[in-house]
Amino acid sequence: MDRHITAPYNDQVAKELRSGDYVYITGTIYTARDAAHKRMYEALEEGRGLPFDIKNNVIYYMGPSPAREGRPIGSAGPTTASRMDKYAPSLLDLGLKGMIGKGKRTEEVRQAIIRNEAVYFAAVGGAGALLSKSIISSEIIAYDDLGTEAIRKLQVKDFPVIVVIDSKGNNLYETAIKEYKEE
Amino acid sequence: MRAIQAKEITKNIKEMCIEANHYLTDDMKQALHQAAEKERSTLGKQILRQLEDNLQIAAEDMIPICQDTGMAVIFMEVGQDAHVEGGLLAEAVNEGVRQGYQEGFLRKSVVKDPIFRENTKDNTPAVIHYDIVAGDQIKITVAPKGFGSENMSRIFMLKPADGIEGVKNAVLTAVKDAGPNACPPMVVGVGIGGTFEKCALLAKKALTRSVDEHSDIPYVKEMEEELLGRINGSGIGPGGLGGSTTALAVHINTYPTHIAGLPVAVNICCHVNRHCSRIL
Repeated sequence: MDRHITAPYNDQVAKELRSGDYVYITGTIYTARDAAHKRMYEALEEGRGLPFDIKNNVIYYMGPSPAREGRPIGSAGPTTASRMDKYAPSLLDLGLKGMIGKGKRTEEVRQAIIRNEAVYFAAVGGAGALLSKSIISSEIIAYDDLGTEAIRKLQVKDFPVIVVIDSKGNNLYETAIKEYKEE
Repeated sequence: MRAIQAKEITKNIKEMCIEANHYLTDDMKQALHQAAEKERSTLGKQILRQLEDNLQIAAEDMIPICQDTGMAVIFMEVGQDAHVEGGLLAEAVNEGVRQGYQEGFLRKSVVKDPIFRENTKDNTPAVIHYDIVAGDQIKITVAPKGFGSENMSRIFMLKPADGIEGVKNAVLTAVKDAGPNACPPMVVGVGIGGTFEKCALLAKKALTRSVDEHSDIPYVKEMEEELLGRINGSGIGPGGLGGSTTALAVHINTYPTHIAGLPVAVNICCHVNRHCSRIL
């Protein structure tokens, strides 16, 4: 079903989302991909804090193309989530409530999603021009030197995503394929 | 000998990097449209329509189709009676990539060293494949390659006894393993034969073929059709979220090989199958 939610959001909202739901997110989300995750992970290992309060927040696995003048951002579609699998469970245990990406996750990530009542969403891969239209503003808040991989705070309006793994661990990538498999 | 100026090559490559990242070829647009008409899953249909809208927005607003504007793969078919003046050919190509990615607001996704990973900040160097051909012209094909799908590509060094069934299984295995990661609907490029590196190059080149064209070798054409049918029966669907459209085309190139080998490369491309060609 179609749902509209505001980010950040709490456990209650996360628990209501079901694998297969089409969700429009409005509010604040943060971008981070490979290099930013590596740095956040190292910061945690060394007992330093994260560059933003992760509790109840959503991370979008995305590195945009440069913005043309007068625009908030360039093309802005999801990158492959599995490259962040090594780092995701620690962030989920710290209160991360949602991840937006594309592609499969490991069982460790699925378990961390269940344990923390979080959600893994997919945005449509390769639809970066379309998705950029739902981003109202973008501001680099950490790791500026990483360029496209810096952490950005995004204001989004009706950003379209699909729930892949819900807080119960149901996985749309597995269930949907069975429905259309012919052999 | 016919002289071609290095700066002409640079200018064309600059323009082609920008063109390829904002407009798909008509055959790709047509294939996506037909897929959206035929798709059985409601969500799958919705995703395919979004991809069509995405192409329109990209062209109208000059926003790259995908934020991963790729590593620039460039095929240079150089006529043996052509002569490049005013600079080195490889430098002319890389300068075109540099200018195209900077002036076109394209993402710089190339790191200088695979381990230390410092961004080169101008998307160079390109990956350039040269072929010396007849004539006095240079045909340039620019094919920016995104890594969501590149990472799911595979090489299989099969045994001759594995035969055609072994080849089919290799392709199906690569596609199934890729699943949602490769941004389906995909275009599947396959190279069969040659050596380890030759089959990879055959597969890469296969991605630049028009999606409505088949191999002119009858058994290869049959295999392309059969594999496309079986891939679309896998259920993976648009975005990997279930459906009857997982690939738009399977393109296979073959080459003679060694008595002891049957190399197979599967180079997967997402639906943003970018390439454009010009002849100078």
